Amino acid sequence: MKYADEFRDKELATGLARAIRAKADPARAYRFMEFCGGHTHAIARYGLEDMLPDNVRMIHGPGCPVCVLPAGRIDMATALAERAEVILCVYGDLMRVPGSRGSSLLKAKARGADVRMVYSTLDAIALAEQNPGREVVFFAIGFETTTPPTAVMIRAAEKKQLSNFTVFCNHVLTPPAMRAILDSDDTVEIDGFVGPAHVSTVIGTEPYAPFARDDGKPVVIAGFEPLDMMQAILMLIEQVNDGRHEVENQYRRAVTASGNQRAIREVAEIFELRDQFEWRGLGSIPASALKLRPAFAHLDAELRFAMSELVVADNPACECPAILRGLKKPVDCRLFGTACTPETPIGSCMVSSEGACAAHWTYGRFRDHQRRLAS
Amino acid sequence: MSMHQRRLDMKNGCVDLSHGAGGRAMAQLIAGLFHEAFGNEWLARGNDQSAFDVAAGRMVMTTDGYVVSPLFFPGGNIGSLAVHGTVNDIAMAGARPLYLSASFIIEEGFAFSDLKRIADAMGEAAREAGIAIITGDTKVVERGKADGVFISTAGVGVLPDGLDLSADKARPGDRVLLSGSLGDHGVAIMSRRQNLTFDTEIISDSASLHGLVADMVAAGGAGIRLMRDPTRGGVAATMNEIAQQSNLGFRLQEEAIPVKPAVAAACELLGLDPLHVANEGKLVAVVAPELAGAVLAAMRAHPLGRDAADIGEAVADDHRFVQMATSFGGGRIVDWLSGEQLPRIC
Ligand code: SF4
Repeated sequence: MKYADEFRDKELATGLARAIRAKADPARAYRFMEFCGGHTHAIARYGLEDMLPDNVRMIHGPGCPVCVLPAGRIDMATALAERAEVILCVYGDLMRVPGSRGSSLLKAKARGADVRMVYSTLDAIALAEQNPGREVVFFAIGFETTTPPTAVMIRAAEKKQLSNFTVFCNHVLTPPAMRAILDSDDTVEIDGFVGPAHVSTVIGTEPYAPFARDDGKPVVIAGFEPLDMMQAILMLIEQVNDGRHEVENQYRRAVTASGNQRAIREVAEIFELRDQFEWRGLGSIPASALKLRPAFAHLDAELRFAMSELVVADNPACECPAILRGLKKPVDCRLFGTACTPETPIGSCMVSSEGACAAHWTYGRFRDHQRRLAS
Repeated sequence: MSMHQRRLDMKNGCVDLSHGAGGRAMAQLIAGLFHEAFGNEWLARGNDQSAFDVAAGRMVMTTDGYVVSPLFFPGGNIGSLAVHGTVNDIAMAGARPLYLSASFIIEEGFAFSDLKRIADAMGEAAREAGIAIITGDTKVVERGKADGVFISTAGVGVLPDGLDLSADKARPGDRVLLSGSLGDHGVAIMSRRQNLTFDTEIISDSASLHGLVADMVAAGGAGIRLMRDPTRGGVAATMNEIAQQSNLGFRLQEEAIPVKPAVAAACELLGLDPLHVANEGKLVAVVAPELAGAVLAAMRAHPLGRDAADIGEAVADDHRFVQMATSFGGGRIVDWLSGEQLPRIC
């Protein structure tokens, strides 16, 4: 298909693939984790795996905000949506995320819960204005990229003095998750990270500096077009070859070292760190998520509805924790493609199209067959 | 319209429960709105059914329900869609459509003026397609029980001698031909939903394809193994269905698949794959390799097939994978969609 041509040019891609093959030292292995689900998706969607030499392997990280949302938070949201007075506003891809016992917001909606799919935070504000007799709750989720829009929405709700609007805040932070992966005992050896450009357009490249400086892991912040990915991989290979470990910025077209100061300030004024937050597949990570500051307590759904934290155990057969740490591949899970498919997701990695299992199921599983044939 | 029937107040009036009750009001609605829009000799006789001559040979029959939201979209409305969709289901057999039925379930309170726009669009689409809507039905349900109006249509057509298209007939080596750019309809509909606005106006491709099909059949005859219109689920679903039914795989070339830049941009924005987005005026044909060139040329000579392309081939594959060489140089699967297409958040 012919679109976004300049970032998907086949000749440039072939050239980059050639350069990667030329630079990759056949005597060693290169294991890079792409932190973000958007990158995982691009790798699968454009078949980038086919263009890399065998000794360059991409490890799919945890970076899909939908994938890392624990079942307990979905159950909490479902219970909220089932209250007669509540209209719960969510982004579309949250609808199918499984809570405990196969529940989901989509199923709750079918049973009568008032769950509305919205496309922007402003839709939620408008719903609150249109339904003064109801309680409109916005299910906020996402990494640093989606936090500023939530902040803008909270400001707007304040300004309009909406008394029937609250936010169920599930915003999480990328650097603490990367830290958790690096510090975990059972993690695959990682030679470098591809960092998410959209996060860095907000927070800049600076927050990744400790990984390069202290842990000796090269980080390249990259965009989501396939050419961005290929170029980032080449840059990582060069760093590894040179024995360098720096934060490099592939995505100069939008990312700076210090990020978007206005957005950072706005977010800091409205949110504060949670002590702990449960990540699906990664467990509880300190200081890895945000909640509303006390000054905005009246807009916090968890307080208004006295929601209590629910912790639900994941299916013990699900290999997501190992996949999110790069220890296993989707096909190593015995539920993959049998009990667990995008229609009936069991673990988080199958839920969003950006999850490692879903991406492999949707785009890549023909390769397993090819490999079987070859061996 | 007979003398004792009053005219409907087209400007301000709306459908109420009496218009479905079988009495005078209903007769008024049918005569004053539907008959006028569809205008033909069969309806004019006012029976509960219509008699027509049967051509020699094989007939095809199909039925379909239309529940689209919004009812009006760039490039058409639910009425024209109901005609195009059913005509195309008939045409995909290689058949010539003849007659349609139309059944309406209308919500109480629906404006006459909107109903008239819908009926007029149906009448016009039928006339353009050279077919007649010869029988129908009208029901009115209470407010809140239908989303404005639901239409269901059935159609019959005749099949030329010697044609037997079917989705189990694809063979390895066959070419896959696509009649034009993907995703126009789905994106046009989405652009009118949920406050989504795009800079470019994307128009639905909704159209009757039997004329294009007739030209293809003339050029390819029995060399055409099968045809499908990739509506809901898009080309991805269509190719997977054919792969299942014919027990083989496909290898598509992403570069060969036409997508309009505005549609591609909208899909990017929403995180959708154009291969999954619905079309209402496109077809996919699987054609024997030796006739593919001739059929493609015939498609390109027809206005509705101007942008037709050869997008890949059928291959032997027990796994029935639909694979695609990406325009980027890698490979991937083209899978069915899981559930509804839901826009992603980041
Ligand atoms: S296949 Fe399903 S259950 Fe297994 S690891 Fe992936 S998401 Fe978890």
